[in-house]
Amino acid sequence: MAEVKLHGFWYSPFTLRVVWTLNLKDIPYENIEEDRFNKSPQLLQYNPVHKKTPVLVHDGKPICESMIIVEYIDEIWPQNSLLPADPYDRAQARFWVKYIDEMISTLSAIIRSKSSEDREKAKENLWERLGVVEDQCLKDENKFYGGDNINIVDIALGSFVKFIEVLEITFKVEILQTERFPHLHLWFNNFKDVQVIKENTPHQEKFVAFLKPLFEKILASS
Amino acid sequence: MAQVKLHGFWYSPFTLRVVLTLKLKGIPYENIEEDRFNKSPQLLEYNPVHKKTPVLVHDGKPLCESMIIVEYIDEKWPQYPLLPVDPYERAQARFWVKYADEMIPAVGALFSSSGVEERENSINKIWEHLKVVEQHCFGYEKNIFGGNTINIVDIAFGSAIKFLITIEDIIEVKILDAEKFPHLHSWFNNFKDAPVINENLPDHQKVVAFIKSLLQKSLQSS
Repeated sequence: MAEVKLHGFWYSPFTLRVVWTLNLKDIPYENIEEDRFNKSPQLLQYNPVHKKTPVLVHDGKPICESMIIVEYIDEIWPQNSLLPADPYDRAQARFWVKYIDEMISTLSAIIRSKSSEDREKAKENLWERLGVVEDQCLKDENKFYGGDNINIVDIALGSFVKFIEVLEITFKVEILQTERFPHLHLWFNNFKDVQVIKENTPHQEKFVAFLKPLFEKILASS
Repeated sequence: MAQVKLHGFWYSPFTLRVVLTLKLKGIPYENIEEDRFNKSPQLLEYNPVHKKTPVLVHDGKPLCESMIIVEYIDEKWPQYPLLPVDPYERAQARFWVKYADEMIPAVGALFSSSGVEERENSINKIWEHLKVVEQHCFGYEKNIFGGNTINIVDIAFGSAIKFLITIEDIIEVKILDAEKFPHLHSWFNNFKDAPVINENLPDHQKVVAFIKSLLQKSLQSS
């Protein structure tokens, strides 16, 4: 019986964060692919409050919420540490993780836009938030937020930037312009070049092929 | 020069979380009362991203976001620990802290709702939140709240519920009903009467009167 199980959606940025974390730390786990339209009874039992993925199950005990899972994994398996050692730096990292997480509503707004005006507005909101990341979070121009090695902020941001790339292709909208976000661009080039990230990120085409009809389905039912 | 300074609003549930934490741990600090209509240049410098309170300044270094500040304080001053030692229990505590954080905007929405339908929707949303806590956070196997001592979950929810009962008085609607939510109701009665908590909650009548005046002010200017 696998000690660690991950219930997730291969195409979700939230699940991706946990996949990356487990792989960065070389933790063997059983991957359980969930179907968002037919969630397993186990998932509903493990996450009765939100009924969402990802859920990590460690020795039969479930943990929910992607970044809470990442912090949990980092505490139990301290190799290749993802959180700064210093409490002040840790607080700063958590601040940026929270800021990045709050971007999800603007990503959703892009997906759910019913007109090009709505989509434009959602894009502008996202630009505003990415601008703060560009100017404040990545201002030190390090290789990664974590310095020479990726940390919790890189993982949170990386999953969303990857997802934004998919949205760009799916909705034919330019978001991550290099001229607008030079730090972000440099940072993301470094990030996606990390071996573990490269090996554990599904291909762009696979993402787009799957998500395009899914978004259309979500939009149709809203 | 004080080592610890807190920029906050005496009436804010977010500032309250930090005040209670500092007081529970017996940490001396300088309180700097901010004016939401005339924020100090220091505050805007310390929190350029959100321009909000609370901001804790420790040895000249600013920290933002109430629960991130609380975790930081807990790490730097270990007396009266607010987070469990066990990583799994810590993940559970963080899950519920996140949930409490999601409740406060729901209460805020109630406060700013106009019209019967909007108000009903807001109340229903809050009820949903309270139902989840009532159902999942109590019971003899559960140790989510601190029990005999105050923990981070008590602080997160305590401030949120304090805010809720303030709004209840203003709009004259009882939401945290003792019959509907017996555990939660009883838990909050214990919380607000607990030593240290009791002496540091803002006076109920005072905060009701102030928030009422804020509402009137915003109605006048809209």
